[in-house]
Amino acid sequence: MNLDALSVEKLQQKLSTEGVIFRTGPFTVCLQSPIESVARGIHLLYGQYPLVEAGEFVDFYVRLARPRGLRRWLKPQVEFGFDGNHPFKPLPLVQAFPMFEWTFNWCIANHMHRYLVVHGAVVERNGMAAILPAPPGSGKSTLCAALVSRGWRLFSDELALISLHDGQLVPLPRPVSLKNESIDIMKDYAADAVFGPSYLDTKKGTIGHMKSPLESVERAGEHAKATWIVMPKYASGVEACLTPVSKAKMCMLLAENSFNYSLLGEAGFKILTEMMDGCESYRFDYSHLDDAIATFDALEPTAE
Amino acid sequence: MKQTHNLLVDVLLTPSLVTDFSNADWDLLVRQANHSRLLGRVDYRLADKQVPEGPAAHLEAARRVTQRQRQAVRFEVAQIRHALAPLGVPVVLLKGAAYVAAGLAPAQGRIFSDIDILVPKTRLEEVEQAMLLHGWVGGHHDAYDEEYYRNWMHEIPPLRHVKRQTVVDVHHTILPETCRAKPDPDKLMSAANPVSEHEDVFTLSSLDIVLHSATHLFYEGELEHGLRDLVDLDALLRHFSKDETFWDRLIERAAEMDLRRPLYYALRYTQRILQTPVPDATMRAAAAIGKPPTPLAWLMDALFGRALMPDHSSCDDALTPLARWLLYIRSHYLRMPFHLLLPHLVRKAIKKRFSPVQADVPKLEDN
Repeated sequence: MNLDALSVEKLQQKLSTEGVIFRTGPFTVCLQSPIESVARGIHLLYGQYPLVEAGEFVDFYVRLARPRGLRRWLKPQVEFGFDGNHPFKPLPLVQAFPMFEWTFNWCIANHMHRYLVVHGAVVERNGMAAILPAPPGSGKSTLCAALVSRGWRLFSDELALISLHDGQLVPLPRPVSLKNESIDIMKDYAADAVFGPSYLDTKKGTIGHMKSPLESVERAGEHAKATWIVMPKYASGVEACLTPVSKAKMCMLLAENSFNYSLLGEAGFKILTEMMDGCESYRFDYSHLDDAIATFDALEPTAE
Repeated sequence: MKQTHNLLVDVLLTPSLVTDFSNADWDLLVRQANHSRLLGRVDYRLADKQVPEGPAAHLEAARRVTQRQRQAVRFEVAQIRHALAPLGVPVVLLKGAAYVAAGLAPAQGRIFSDIDILVPKTRLEEVEQAMLLHGWVGGHHDAYDEEYYRNWMHEIPPLRHVKRQTVVDVHHTILPETCRAKPDPDKLMSAANPVSEHEDVFTLSSLDIVLHSATHLFYEGELEHGLRDLVDLDALLRHFSKDETFWDRLIERAAEMDLRRPLYYALRYTQRILQTPVPDATMRAAAAIGKPPTPLAWLMDALFGRALMPDHSSCDDALTPLARWLLYIRSHYLRMPFHLLLPHLVRKAIKKRFSPVQADVPKLEDN
């Protein structure tokens, strides 16, 4: 049974009592929250995810609720509970749903050390996957959303999970998080997609979410081999252009963008270099999404 | 009263229990172990057991973290040694760092936080200077904290390495200056043993390692990791008592070091909670020198019985918060004279209220 088998009201009632347990990619999360916007966000963007019965093993117990104390009457806030611990400062209440996305990423990046976890988007086609590592201002989420709206399968827009056991990429299809002008660009570009509300983030502009395509969620159990590492760089007015990058340089970039590379030590180095051996690496400059998609569609696997 | 279930201790004592585990049992075990910082230990105990995929991912993660930390501890110790070598100061490793350096049983699967070292008080200033020269600086402490450490504590304010962010606590004795019990740091130093890898780095003697671990646990106020420390103690006692003369020497040393009561508590609660094989004669001898008067002993059983459970909601009963709070007050009462106690606790409570130790939510979009 999927999450959308529950009405919003039923979902909210469950969220505010015993919690709702559901599965995204390899992870099971139990979410509790009495906050209405969380229920609406989950209902809209996580509807196709399978519900998990109580009594199963749960990876993360997440609670989003208003903190106690006097301040709740002056400035409504939301606080993240991690099985009873509260590691982070509260955020304004309106950001409750984005907080779920942020803290869920934190849960994975900080606890799932059977993967090398790299900050980057991953998309797949015909069993071959491209990793888009994400230095600042790269526009990787926009590119990822565009690719996904044109037939590429979404693995993740934020976290590349590289299994330490077989070097395969493991899908974690969740809503694609978009920032500022990207939100409207994608609403035009992917007119059929479902978008969540936009949240005005005081520090970093506006955040919005694009729902993950149904097929990506249904095929979340199908892993793939990394075939290309493409470091995107958006700049207005440039021709779409792929420039080969040395494997050593790309290795360093992935290591720098990894959350647990240094924690994994030798195991991380080994899996990363093995993966790079079978990959082509490029830097990709682009300004138009259509050109970008044409370039990606024309990518060839490494000749061996 | 809520039914409490200490699955974690059951599994640490009898790993074979997991063969009959349901998914819900695994779920609770991982949660309790995580909260008690004992997941690495559980993983170590379950090395030869079949573990389902879900919990196996968490055990594997804990294994990787503890392996990495062991490596990091060794590296930091070498760095500290390098920084202090020119001074010719004897450096004694305490707690986790000592377990790793000496290859002691509690090091298996243990999660570490800071590195603790002990140096002679007379050399403290030089040590601090040398550490500073090599990149360890004092954190952001206000004047009150600074004074609190310098005047009352058994250690200087924690030093953090500017590049690696690792924290070193430099101690000059094992209990705060203001404590009623005063174990002699010179005696600790002169009994210390060199670590086989480096001859200028030491660990306390086996007896003092146990006594320090006991003192740390039973004088400490924040018992969130109490069970972890008790598991350390249990492993130390089981390890050292392979030498038959150990128990008698331990009792003697506790008397000599003025640490009778912490030893009594250590033996009582390791035996009660973790079934540590303490001989009856040793238990009687420890009680004779260290058992508190009966009403107090009864109260401490009620308090420690709760506070040494895993710090997870599944193990709390109605009195757990009160027990933890009373032990917190007690630890301060033991460590400082009454006229300092109240203002200190009030100050701490206010500070905690207005600046809780929480980080900003990490947002990947920020990168």
